[in-house]
Amino acid sequence: MVNGQAPPAARLQRVADGRLVAGVCRGMAANLGVQVLVVRAAFVLLTAASGLGFVVYAALWVLVPRQDVPAVTGTDTGTGTAVAAGRRRGRDWGQLLAYTAVTCGLVSLPAGNRVAQFALWPFVVCGIGAAILWQQADRDQRQRWMLPLRQMWLRSLLGLLLVIGGIGGFVVQNVDVGQARSVVIATLIILTGVAVIATPWVVRLWQDLDTERHERIRSQERAELAAHIHDSVLHTLTLIQRNAGDPREVQRLARSQERTLRTWLYQPRADPDQTFAPAIKAIAGEVEDDHGVPIEVVCVGDTALDDRLGAALQAAREAMVNAAKYAEAPSVSVYAEVSGDEIAIFVRDRGKGFDLDRVPADRMGVRGSIIGRMERNGGKASVRTGPGEGTEVRLEISKS
Amino acid sequence: MKRVVLVDDHQMFRTGVKAELGLNVEIVGEAGDVDEAIAVIKATLPDVVLLDVHLPGGGGIEVLRRLTGTVPSRFLALSVSDAAEDVIGVVRGGARGYVTKTISGPELTDAIARVADGDAVFSPRLAGFVLDAFAAADAPAADPELDQITQRERDVLRLIARGYAYKEIAKELFISVKTVETHVSSVLRKLQLSNRHELSRWAAARRLV
Repeated sequence: MVNGQAPPAARLQRVADGRLVAGVCRGMAANLGVQVLVVRAAFVLLTAASGLGFVVYAALWVLVPRQDVPAVTGTDTGTGTAVAAGRRRGRDWGQLLAYTAVTCGLVSLPAGNRVAQFALWPFVVCGIGAAILWQQADRDQRQRWMLPLRQMWLRSLLGLLLVIGGIGGFVVQNVDVGQARSVVIATLIILTGVAVIATPWVVRLWQDLDTERHERIRSQERAELAAHIHDSVLHTLTLIQRNAGDPREVQRLARSQERTLRTWLYQPRADPDQTFAPAIKAIAGEVEDDHGVPIEVVCVGDTALDDRLGAALQAAREAMVNAAKYAEAPSVSVYAEVSGDEIAIFVRDRGKGFDLDRVPADRMGVRGSIIGRMERNGGKASVRTGPGEGTEVRLEISKS
Repeated sequence: MKRVVLVDDHQMFRTGVKAELGLNVEIVGEAGDVDEAIAVIKATLPDVVLLDVHLPGGGGIEVLRRLTGTVPSRFLALSVSDAAEDVIGVVRGGARGYVTKTISGPELTDAIARVADGDAVFSPRLAGFVLDAFAAADAPAADPELDQITQRERDVLRLIARGYAYKEIAKELFISVKTVETHVSSVLRKLQLSNRHELSRWAAARRLV
């Protein structure tokens, strides 16, 4: 029981909430701990078979006391869903009509031909019941009900074929048409009634399945996120705590983690082995990790990698390493631009700069790794610097 | 001294920014979500609003949408996100600039002054996005005045993307700082008004076409 009332009495009570006639079946269902549908079906069968069900029901109606709790919302043990518990429900007329229709159909079944015409009316009543149910459901619910019908047209077609086949079988076997018709009508009445009775139950079952599936997807996503955060962020935070005394190392760790997280959150998966833009970002990341100086990369356009671009990337790496190692600048800016077949890369820092003419001839860094490499591959490189002015290395090359 | 309202849902970050700005600007109000921001901005009418892109209650864009035309304040977007749809979305929503939260105190002070004077502030990354969006003329522009940027504007944006300050750009291109500002403001206008497909695509990701 949901809402903190006195615990349910063990004795049988009629339940006003969600009853069809007098609440006998619902009360019994609650008392026996079975689905109310089962109890009701049993009464319907008993009534149809011998009229006993009707007598028993009437007797129980008189003998069993009514549950005297006003506005109970938690007695619906059969379902217990939040939707059902939310409001107090009186008689469900649609369901009542459906049960009545089924009972009448069952009663009329053995009565045969004579009653067949007469038995048409419960069918009509039953249809009205279904219409009421349909009309009560809100638009979303109706659409949810219609969805499987639309998806299962193949199955519907198969069912239709079976029905036609069955009728064909009747005709071939030369059964008396009048008798056959009464049987068909009675069967239809029963089937419709059963459908109306089962619909809320099926719908609920299906909604539960749906909820369960969503829950599962969500928990999977959560698990993936948790795993990612554990592997990367928590690990980094631990390292930061251990290196708390070394600001440079802390900054390096934080930057590296930030870059990883950013890529994971915002950027589509790109392969640094295949195209230029992810490649230069990956290189900047590596240099940043190695030397602990933030490198901001802005890249415009993208193109597939080739040998010449590979050489340009190596030169750019060298320029970034120089800036990170020697410039003593707080950060390095990298701008790369692809326009058509022309590629330009700028590596700039606001560091101390140097005098290009006074770099000893045997220092390979700038001349060999940057300028020489670019020229060997048909590109060009220029370095603009001066003491106290920072340095900008400009690399230009065209695709082979 | 410029009067500034600080809108960000992280108290820690607001404290940090206040410390960095120090006595260079006057912080007249703070807010942590969209409704608070609107109330504070309407009450204080600051020169500049530092606006976080991600805010509870609809984000910085919602603040811009609800205040458009009602206050004389200018908006500078501030975010940790580098995603194009965030950047382009908030600028098309009416912000006069976009900087990332890693910006240094003096740079931020400078940016606030620039926005207060009606100029635009582009981070290198925003300049990169704009160059990307206005790249090769794939389709004929519907409105050439709005849908294309001039060669000079392109030169200025390139230098911004390379990490140059306005003063350095002016020196590099042999023009005055005022002219650089004019070019950037012109690009900002195109960025806000153009219907180029790339821009609408980015803006649509933020449901702001």
